Amino acid sequence: MSQATPRKPRLATVWLAGCSGCHMSFLDLDEWLLELADRAEIVYSPVGSDIKTYPKDVDIALVEGGVANTDNLELLHQVRANTRTLVSFGDCAITANIPGMRNLLRGSDPVLRRAYLELADGSGQLPHAPGIVPELLERVLPVHELVPVEVYLPGCPPPADRIRAALEPLLRGELPHLSGADQIRFG
Amino acid sequence: MSVCTLRINDHDLAVPLGTTLLQAARQAGIHIPTLCFLEGLSAVAACRLCLVELEGSDRLMAACVTAAAEGMRVHTDTPRLREIRRTVIELLFTEGNHVCAVCVANGHCELQNLAVEVGMDHSRLPYRFPQRGVDLSHAQYGLDHNRCILCTRCVRVCDEVEGAHVWDVGWRGEHCQIISGLGEPWGDVNACTHCGKCVEVCPTGALFHKTDTSEEKQGHPERLQALMHARTHQQWNP
Ligand code: SF4
Ligand code: SF4
Ligand code: SF4
Ligand code: FES
Repeated sequence: MSQATPRKPRLATVWLAGCSGCHMSFLDLDEWLLELADRAEIVYSPVGSDIKTYPKDVDIALVEGGVANTDNLELLHQVRANTRTLVSFGDCAITANIPGMRNLLRGSDPVLRRAYLELADGSGQLPHAPGIVPELLERVLPVHELVPVEVYLPGCPPPADRIRAALEPLLRGELPHLSGADQIRFG
Repeated sequence: MSVCTLRINDHDLAVPLGTTLLQAARQAGIHIPTLCFLEGLSAVAACRLCLVELEGSDRLMAACVTAAAEGMRVHTDTPRLREIRRTVIELLFTEGNHVCAVCVANGHCELQNLAVEVGMDHSRLPYRFPQRGVDLSHAQYGLDHNRCILCTRCVRVCDEVEGAHVWDVGWRGEHCQIISGLGEPWGDVNACTHCGKCVEVCPTGALFHKTDTSEEKQGHPERLQALMHARTHQQWNP
């Protein structure tokens, strides 16, 4: 009989309305990614897995980006329902940051008009493809204004060291306590 | 010179009468976070970050404007004060539009530093995303109201030190904002001498040189302090 080894933590990374910079910074973990691949099972990630639907029973999810459209919102609810520890990953997830700058135009309609009509040459038209192109939400919101969040990892993007400082305790099943300019600075 | 004795945290101190609690604490090497206060300008107690507890009183006092008195027992770093300071910083972040990643002051901003100091890894208050403008009418400088925290350092330095009184505070409540002249574009206000003092003392990226791009704005409050020292002691050649 083989002895039961403890199950590896199941890790996901999720990309909402962000520039993917937080994911690029995650890839900056370089050779530590090999150790991570050994210590965790990567079950969903735009940079580490081909799975297209969010799985059940995820232990840790790093969520990049603000919540800007109906696709983002739906995926976020799936993530929350199937994840033990949700990490708000980077300034866009935590403050709405750059995608949130469109909130100053007050609503999705003025944003679409500005981008597709006012700034277009003569042939501009509003995008309309229900079921294919997700609708913009009226305002871009930070993740924790929509669902509960367990861990915050600020930075635009959070540097690789900071990501590792959060992941090390999470892989041991503990919550990280981040503090100081190296770990919680915005920007 | 009459002196009073007081205790701040576990330090027993003797300071000249008229010393503020902030001065007394700083002399003893005790750190109290501040934002609107700036050495060299009058104190206005606008930001409430420097609140301290006094034994025997429920009322919190702003250390920058409270005079030390005989027998005072002061606490500067209790859980209640830490909670208030974090909330003050969250209020400042959520009532404006702070996008640090693209800000001229990113990496050199007093508000950003204070967020780290109070342990703000997110805001527990909702972001308001207010609609605010940017004034680029001045030949050399700009004012981005999105990043203004209404500390009034610019108002005070221009009035008290430069003697031009270009700035003031206009409107009320959520509409409250810094105004130039009688609410005119900054570039139209003839009283402005283009001295740049307001830009140097602004703790955030709200006032900046037009040539600054992201992360390039550095504040220079030490220049104000050198000037005030020179004026007070008539020492112009260090
Ligand atoms: S003023 Fe400071 S806190 Fe505000 S956006 Fe700029 S760097 Fe961030
Ligand atoms: S540049 Fe000088 S004179 Fe002009 S508004 Fe600023 S402090 Fe006042
Ligand atoms: S412009 Fe700068 S110095 Fe003036 S009130 Fe706003 S934050 Fe303070
Ligand atoms: S520093 Fe005392 S109230 Fe702002």
